[in-house]
Amino acid sequence: MNALLDLLRILVFPGMIFLVVMGMAGQYLDRKLYARLQNRVGPPWYQPVADLFKLLGKESVIPEEADKGMFRIAPVFALAAVITAFLYIPLWNARPVLSFQGDLVVVLYLLLIPTLTFFLGGWYSRSIFSTLGAVRSITQLFAYEIPLLISLLSPALLANTWSISGMVQYYAEHPYRWLFNLIGFGVGLITLLGKLERVPFDAPEAETEIVAGSFTEYSGRHLAFFRLAIDSEAIASSSLLAAVFLPFGMGLPLWWGVPLYLAKVAGILFVLAVLRTVFARLRMDQMINFCWRYVAPIAFLQVIIDLVIKEVF
Amino acid sequence: MSDERVVTVPIGPQHPALKEPESFMVDLRGEKIDAVRMRFGYNHRGIEKGCEQRSYTQDLYLVERVCGICSYAHSTAFVQAVEEIAGLELPRRAVYIRTIIAELERVHSHLLWLGVAGHEIGFDTLLMYTWRDREQVMILLARLTGNRVNYGMNTLGGVRRDIAPEMIPEILKVVDSLEERVKYYINLATSEQTVIQRLSGVGKLTREDALSLGTVGPTARASGVDRDTRRDDPYLAYRDVSFKVITDTHCDVYGRTVVRLGELLESFSIVRQLIKNIPDGPIAIKAPRRIPEGEAVSRYEAPRGEDVHYVRGNGSEKPERVKVRAPTLANTQSVSKMLEDGYLADLPIVIAAIDPCFSCTDRMVSLRENDGNEGRTMSWEEVSRYGVEWHKARGIDFSRVRIPGGAGA
Repeated sequence: MNALLDLLRILVFPGMIFLVVMGMAGQYLDRKLYARLQNRVGPPWYQPVADLFKLLGKESVIPEEADKGMFRIAPVFALAAVITAFLYIPLWNARPVLSFQGDLVVVLYLLLIPTLTFFLGGWYSRSIFSTLGAVRSITQLFAYEIPLLISLLSPALLANTWSISGMVQYYAEHPYRWLFNLIGFGVGLITLLGKLERVPFDAPEAETEIVAGSFTEYSGRHLAFFRLAIDSEAIASSSLLAAVFLPFGMGLPLWWGVPLYLAKVAGILFVLAVLRTVFARLRMDQMINFCWRYVAPIAFLQVIIDLVIKEVF
Repeated sequence: MSDERVVTVPIGPQHPALKEPESFMVDLRGEKIDAVRMRFGYNHRGIEKGCEQRSYTQDLYLVERVCGICSYAHSTAFVQAVEEIAGLELPRRAVYIRTIIAELERVHSHLLWLGVAGHEIGFDTLLMYTWRDREQVMILLARLTGNRVNYGMNTLGGVRRDIAPEMIPEILKVVDSLEERVKYYINLATSEQTVIQRLSGVGKLTREDALSLGTVGPTARASGVDRDTRRDDPYLAYRDVSFKVITDTHCDVYGRTVVRLGELLESFSIVRQLIKNIPDGPIAIKAPRRIPEGEAVSRYEAPRGEDVHYVRGNGSEKPERVKVRAPTLANTQSVSKMLEDGYLADLPIVIAAIDPCFSCTDRMVSLRENDGNEGRTMSWEEVSRYGVEWHKARGIDFSRVRIPGGAGA
């Protein structure tokens, strides 16, 4: 009976199906906000679902030159990695589906896999636009991943644990101490834009230069899985930021906890949508420059702050 | 990928960055551009030849369709040339109405460009905002002329519609509201960091290059070339209004943006002056059907630069020769200069910054060896058969294709 319950938790709630539904809701929220901020009407609520089913029903064309195996497996792999990562993230209490000492590092690693699959999928498409997009994806990865890592590790330093649920517990026992990590939260939000390849960091799929970057050759269900993986990644990363940087109200009962969790994620998605509305796309060299010159030092500043606070208390 | 390897990226003929088919083969070293080879000619429509086969009045509508944005520029440039040959003296009111429409067209064209530029640098919010604002002037033009583009306003000897007195406050209202918006965009373009980073220093074109490559319009003015046909060779009613020719010395895409935004403010001021001083009277005089022998060149400062039309009449109802030099033709030469040592990421905005209109530009030039081979004329059937044979020779299977007319299969 317990095994069945675990399976349900992994597959339905709060695992796979929940994440996918959230992903589509998140996509809707993002598109609608983006549209409203641009003075457009925006899509109806079922648009992400309609898009998904339409893509699933379409023919998937694989280029003759492409490595067929890699081409097919990359989108599925991306989605699988995101779903696995999501199982380790505490959502509305300190008890995620899976947890162990050090799961923070594992989650970060798993959330890095989608970018790697963008690279592999693009590279093995063997089209010039895909290749350029793939190279840009991986170049961008080196620019944002380190600041993101540092910004997420500094709250862990303060909590003295490598497990996310441990961190949630720590911040529950020491309320208001999460306020010290707000700089890291800002860094996390900025680097998340890079991870999700959104404006201003969407050079890897800049349509006016390289069509759709890594996804140029993708169509049909393979593209659908990639899209689903990206939407889910947005939710999983936002949930991770929420758990690490906004760890308040995590002990509430389910009917209070879930709305609070949804509000946190919606808040993060809102900030991301606003950021992508107000900026122009940065060039690759400008993006790398920006990340290393400004974002990384600020992330280090967060580490120093947390180390000092740890000594004080 | 090693930095030394040269990769060739085809931008076009079909590419999301391009609104019209044209081809740019870009050699890349990493993200840097090594060389660009341009190829045009995908849009040749034979408009000049078409003009020779139609009457002057019909040509007016054909020429208006040279461009989908600055249609009025072409129609007016053409009609000016014909009127010069025929020696027609236009009523002042007609001239004023033409000038008002011309300036409103500049407003819609420059706002359109600003949106396209925003899109090319990945700033879609700017696109949505400017095109929303542009809608005001489009609606106004539709109310004044009956059409959003291709106004059909010109006729030989004047204009076809009068501006009713009750439209005057409407025009002023749109001009006021757009002026405020343009001031906001000027503020945005000169203060928003990501926009400045993407625009300044990109697509450099020195004053010397701008002159030697013969650039025109805002592209030239942004490189410090103080040239504007409206002031240098006044046509329509530009003699009666005072305006500044906006120039800039940034010599880059940022400069081109500043020039266009500045020109918008000047256009608003011109429209206001024209409306204040518009004389009463008839809007057209009767023009003869047969235009006497003679030739004329007409210059017109279109939103994209100087537009030149040449017309030769032979005393009949049809012109003997019509030649259109669209401003884009003058500016394309400068693009490869601007792209030197640039990034691939800057290619779309650099191309967009000359505000290209390739279908306006495409003309056929045939270079023949001087060996007495005069070529031959093919019938439609022969052309069809020739095309099929040409593709068959390159391995295309026609067994499942049905060709209308039955040629080839």
